[in-house]
Amino acid sequence: MTSRTLYRKLVDSHTVATLDEENVLLFCDLHLMNEYTSPQAFAGLYEQGRGVPMPSQNVAVVSHIIPTHPGKMRVIADGASALQASNLKKNCGHFGIPLFDTNNALQGIEHVVTPEHGMIRPGMVVICGDSHTTTYGALGALGFGIGTTEVEHVLATQTLTYRVARDMRIRIDGTLPLGTTAKDMVLAVIGRIGAQGARGHVVEFCGSAVDALSIEARFTLCNMTVEAGSRGALVAPDQKAIDYVLARAPDIANRHRDAALAAWKELRSDESARFDVEHVFDASEVAPQVTWGTSPDQVVAVDGIIPLLHDLQDGPVRSSADRALLYTKLQAGTAIEGTPVQHVFIGSCTNGRIEDLRAAAGIVRGRHVAVGVRAMVVPGSGAVKAAAEAEGLDQVFLSAGFEWRNAGCSMCLAMNDDVLGDGVRCASTTNRNFEGRQGRGAITHLMSPAMAAAAAVTGRITDVRRLEALP
Amino acid sequence: MTEPIVIEGRAAALRIENLDTDQIMPKQFLRGIDKTGLAEGLLYDLRFDAQGKARPGFVLNRATHAAASILIGGANFGCGSSREHAVWGLQQFGIRAIVAPSFAEIFYSNAMTNRLLLVALPRESIAKLMDDADDPSGNTVRIDITAQALRSRSVQARFELMPRHRRMFLEGLDNIGLSLTYRDQIDAFAQGHWARQPWLRDVAALTKRRL
Repeated sequence: MTSRTLYRKLVDSHTVATLDEENVLLFCDLHLMNEYTSPQAFAGLYEQGRGVPMPSQNVAVVSHIIPTHPGKMRVIADGASALQASNLKKNCGHFGIPLFDTNNALQGIEHVVTPEHGMIRPGMVVICGDSHTTTYGALGALGFGIGTTEVEHVLATQTLTYRVARDMRIRIDGTLPLGTTAKDMVLAVIGRIGAQGARGHVVEFCGSAVDALSIEARFTLCNMTVEAGSRGALVAPDQKAIDYVLARAPDIANRHRDAALAAWKELRSDESARFDVEHVFDASEVAPQVTWGTSPDQVVAVDGIIPLLHDLQDGPVRSSADRALLYTKLQAGTAIEGTPVQHVFIGSCTNGRIEDLRAAAGIVRGRHVAVGVRAMVVPGSGAVKAAAEAEGLDQVFLSAGFEWRNAGCSMCLAMNDDVLGDGVRCASTTNRNFEGRQGRGAITHLMSPAMAAAAAVTGRITDVRRLEALP
Repeated sequence: MTEPIVIEGRAAALRIENLDTDQIMPKQFLRGIDKTGLAEGLLYDLRFDAQGKARPGFVLNRATHAAASILIGGANFGCGSSREHAVWGLQQFGIRAIVAPSFAEIFYSNAMTNRLLLVALPRESIAKLMDDADDPSGNTVRIDITAQALRSRSVQARFELMPRHRRMFLEGLDNIGLSLTYRDQIDAFAQGHWARQPWLRDVAALTKRRL
């Protein structure tokens, strides 16, 4: 057999039938659902009298609409949102699909909940009606987002009609400097290749800097790769990935360990595998990144300047920058550092895991949220929240003046009641700085958890490398 | 059902690159459990100001372009969130086709399965189409799906369409129904797949039970 990329191996091993030159019928090992992109899919099933043949390969989580106010019971005040939650429960009950419901102690963001309990395994195809499903590439699973019609398709058939993507490899060697993280790495990548740079491709990350990342950091990396337009992101599973999964999947550890290890060894691109596009980056050149515009590729090092319009490529790149700066109320050619913020949000499927909260707490400890800033931490899941509390991180945040809230998607997309007001500027660990994403007229600056923490305690966008960790 | 083999209508230009689905259909319109009522939400923040008043300068609010059924957009149209509500909203608003230099992947798939036609053309053609669209006296665009050809006042172009998508438009293919004809193959595949990798079977149900 000719040499293949990891991506092609994953597609081949899940191909039920080749439909035509571009499309295959792809078997999906695990299908995740949430409350807002699935209702119309279930409605379609009822309408057509179709069933769900493999309900145990599906799981649902109430993620997006859930309120995150502190307190034991979660009550969804908005009537329409409450109906989405009860409707999801009804649908899952009807078809026998496992559900993490509103008041399940482990509830949280679907992309945080499923890997932390061992549901994501190397070699899987994982799909979800949510674009950030690319996250699972961190464990050598092919994950990608789908629309609601496709949600219905996978419920009815456990397959998708799948257009095979092209292969891109991004090699990142070198060592990330102190004060930088996977978030900075991926923002730097998106900044260079652009929001359309990986469109039509599945990206495989490799190189010593990627090898050095923890699994949680690789989640961040693969999660945000979709912001370059990619159809998936992958890291070949190494010992770290194997250890991560075995520690969370007792069924494998107890019964299938050797067979699984043998199968996972094959999950890498062959030496001579060909990629359609290759990029090379040097991690040692990465500085803490901050977005200045309304697309994740409008990003600059925190000690850099917002580009001058005439320095940008004439045409759409320049006109987008012009439009973006009008929205973000910033000046081309000026420093991004020092820009005052009124809000700080730490959380999301990009940066809502325990390592993210530790990094933020490391900066917050011994300091206080600046006057005039509202800062909140929304852990990615109930389990992350409990782990953080066991380490005392909640107290670090609370005593510094942060809000310590319940888990959920929250202000990443502001579908619940965590919405920013017009003109409010937010330092955010999320994934999208789109116009209106966190609230109409609200301005989002994407950055790492440590950078967001630095913004919280100084009241302005601040180079975290200037802040020493306090005892 | 009449199949749309030709789409002909007035065009409106949206000169925005990376127009994301958050802008096409903002969060507050995603709270339903059906597909209705989304026309109101389409491009809401661009169409309406913070007080809910129509912005007179926005192209779809101008009397000359309010009836547009074809949008001419920037590259990477529909990027970001997977929300299919964006496509449903466009259709409920009366949009039948979008012509742009490129489309985001999930949006492309969502649109085509709903038979909202997406046509990718080179930037030079898009620039001319936008100029044509701006002039209400000559902004009709005709898209022949059968011939895969588009015509406006100053542009004549052929476009690509995957054979599968072409059939969806021309024959009204039920994709799920088609995949269900593979049911035996899917079952056989799953049995073999799980025999080789038993740790991939029932993972969701088993995990939920364990927790």
